[in-house]
Amino acid sequence: MEFTDLTIEKIHYSLLKKEFSVSELTKYYLEKIKKEDKEIFAFITLDEKGSLILAKKLDEKISKGQKINLLTGIPCAIKDNILVQDIKCTAGSKILQNYFPPYDATVVKKLKEEGVIILGKTNLDEFAMGSSTEYSYFGSTKNPLDKKLTPGGSSGGSAAAVAAGFCVFSLGSDTGGSIRQPAAFCGIVGLKPSYGAISRYGLIAFASSLDQIGPMAKTVKDVNIVFESIVGSDKFDSTSVDIPKNNRKIKIKETKIGIPKDYFIKKIDAKIERAVKKAIKRYEDMGAKIEEISLPYTEYALPCYYIIAPAEASSNLARYDGIKYGWCEKTEVDLLNFYLKNRGKGFGPEVRRRIMLGTFTLSSGYFEAYYQRAQKVKKLITEDFKKAFDRVDFIITPTTPTPPFKLGEKIQDPVLMYLSDIFTVAVNLAGLPAISIPVEKKQPLSFQIIGPLFSDFSLIEMAKIYEA
Amino acid sequence: MKKNISSYNKIEKRTVEHLAKLCRLELSETEILNYQNDLSKILEYIDKLKEIDISNVRTSFDFGRNKNIKRRDEFVDTKGSLDIPEKIIKLMPETKDGYLKVKKII
Repeated sequence: MEFTDLTIEKIHYSLLKKEFSVSELTKYYLEKIKKEDKEIFAFITLDEKGSLILAKKLDEKISKGQKINLLTGIPCAIKDNILVQDIKCTAGSKILQNYFPPYDATVVKKLKEEGVIILGKTNLDEFAMGSSTEYSYFGSTKNPLDKKLTPGGSSGGSAAAVAAGFCVFSLGSDTGGSIRQPAAFCGIVGLKPSYGAISRYGLIAFASSLDQIGPMAKTVKDVNIVFESIVGSDKFDSTSVDIPKNNRKIKIKETKIGIPKDYFIKKIDAKIERAVKKAIKRYEDMGAKIEEISLPYTEYALPCYYIIAPAEASSNLARYDGIKYGWCEKTEVDLLNFYLKNRGKGFGPEVRRRIMLGTFTLSSGYFEAYYQRAQKVKKLITEDFKKAFDRVDFIITPTTPTPPFKLGEKIQDPVLMYLSDIFTVAVNLAGLPAISIPVEKKQPLSFQIIGPLFSDFSLIEMAKIYEA
Repeated sequence: MKKNISSYNKIEKRTVEHLAKLCRLELSETEILNYQNDLSKILEYIDKLKEIDISNVRTSFDFGRNKNIKRRDEFVDTKGSLDIPEKIIKLMPETKDGYLKVKKII
């Protein structure tokens, strides 16, 4: 049996027809990872034993003729900032290198109820702060399309795992583009849902007003299946809501797509521009109406993000002190020096940079000039989108300004690295859903479709039309 | 309003030292100098927001969902997670007789 290019549905029907077992499938993926991941480094932790035990149990269930779900037996990978009970969760950081979570994140609990096989935990920039996965304490992930290139970040391990064929789907988290940008760089599909559509309970917090968990897979259809299994309100996350499912049918001839001229700027790579225009043309040929729109506050989204996200990070990361859990240096020093040493050595350079930046912009005398101003700009950006969605149904932009860059290329210059997210951050600030899709399959040139707040289901339908 | 970035062109070294202490981060001399450069560059970049007139904008934190989420204050049965306290204690770097050991404060 050939296991390449498997989708969730293909596996499901093969399992029902007993063409192969969950154990055979799981073994195939584990062997492939063990053989090929030395060069990619998509995984921080593999749960070989747990995966095989569960696979065997599921096979018994199938052989007894018990009903299975669409996701039963589907091998997947989880970003290492999302908690899976009793499996080490590092957030890519030295300070959490020995952290074994006592509980499951809500998304993980839901996936486990469906019967997925969690093969392991994937690499990320430390605490999801980065755009290349190079800021992981455990080492850089390489792009499976070309190992000299970065897979993007921060969910670079999750994107690389799918692109390399190490799993069928993965979960990532997106605070400023961390699902969409690596999906684009690795030539796969990645969805950043509306803020609140999916519970964040059990996601290690970075910037709580922007963070959102989302699925990554090779096809929109697979992303859709996973999304449907994890969507919904949760009593453990009071920002989560139930989003409407009704407005799902898309009539492409009655659909208006807005193209914001502010995203087609001089800095954009010619190959990306050509590819995205090709994708737009495809929708136009199917009968969609294309309209040029303007989102005038676009250029302020990135500086706004770099005030809000580090400010929230600086308070969220205050909890890591080496006292209750996490790495600490066993030395005989007083409390202050204990904190200083654990945090100084436990966090990597980018995380420390952002903690200091956030502490600065929140400090007395600067709060109004930075954080409060940024919150107001965030509102202007949100209104930009609201006005646009009065005129159009969806917005299409490039996901990234350039194709994947080389490993090491931007690591020395934080501002240059931040610019990788220039097209993705506005969506997080406005809380909107957006999906990144490769223009051509397995190519690192992608476009993103943005929808109105809570239009996630229609947005996915719109993306399916492209894939069909 | 046109931007005025000169005031933050370079933040002072002692500001970085003070920040590091507030953040409880021990930094080497080289690291302090590097962060002085990085933070100055980043602040110059984010100062772009000063171009915008925000005098008529009201702050909003909630994407328009301004309501309290409440629950009853009552006992919840946590069957199946009875071993969680032990697991939490196991994560503690230093314990004595099942208690978390902390540094002396006073």
